[in-house]
Amino acid sequence: MSVKILFFGRLAESVGIRQTEISIEGNDTAVASIQQQLINQHPSLDDPSIRIALNQTLVNGDLNVSDGDELAFFPPVSGG
Amino acid sequence: MLAIQTEDFDASKEYEALRKDANNAGAIVSFVGLVRDTEQKLKAMVLEHYPGMTESAIEEIVDSAKQSWQIDEPRIIHRVGELKAGDQIVFVGVSSTHRGDAYQACEYIMDQLKTRATLWKKEVTEDGEKWLDSKSSDIERAQRWNKIFNN
Repeated sequence: MSVKILFFGRLAESVGIRQTEISIEGNDTAVASIQQQLINQHPSLDDPSIRIALNQTLVNGDLNVSDGDELAFFPPVSGG
Repeated sequence: MLAIQTEDFDASKEYEALRKDANNAGAIVSFVGLVRDTEQKLKAMVLEHYPGMTESAIEEIVDSAKQSWQIDEPRIIHRVGELKAGDQIVFVGVSSTHRGDAYQACEYIMDQLKTRATLWKKEVTEDGEKWLDSKSSDIERAQRWNKIFNN
């Protein structure tokens, strides 16, 4: 199955991309596992301040993704 | 009314729209946020957001404000893209039967927006580019509403 990955703010710059698609083989579909896989590729993502949103809702690492989901990684917000 | 837009806005037109749509209101309170240049080095302030999630986060904030205070539908505009020092970034306008509700709801929406809406600012200065972190003072301002509600 495939999941859309988005990066925002300084993460998009440190990772070097804003959007990518990853394929997940096997049964481990936990958000935390995907995050670890991304950290292995992009060490700058190893940062406890990073927020994660699954289909535009903030989540922690325990949830599982489904095919076609959108998973976003971003720093604490600074608008207004 | 909620808009995330690159274009500037006219605060007086927003005020008139609030006045026109107000439901027997006795008060209108509005807030405009501006781009600051504290070190006199700012070339640009770049704002980026997460389309869709920004809108739903702000709609949630508005819903909770409506549950806490007697207010009409607020008008909220947040600009994105490249801005300059002195430019308007954000407009929040609230009308209500009573001024107390309008004051508090406007401040609440702004405090929550700063800590919950998925927007990020980057300063471009003569010294380079820097993404701004969320400020602890903003987080404290947002959290103090929990104490107010719980008392």
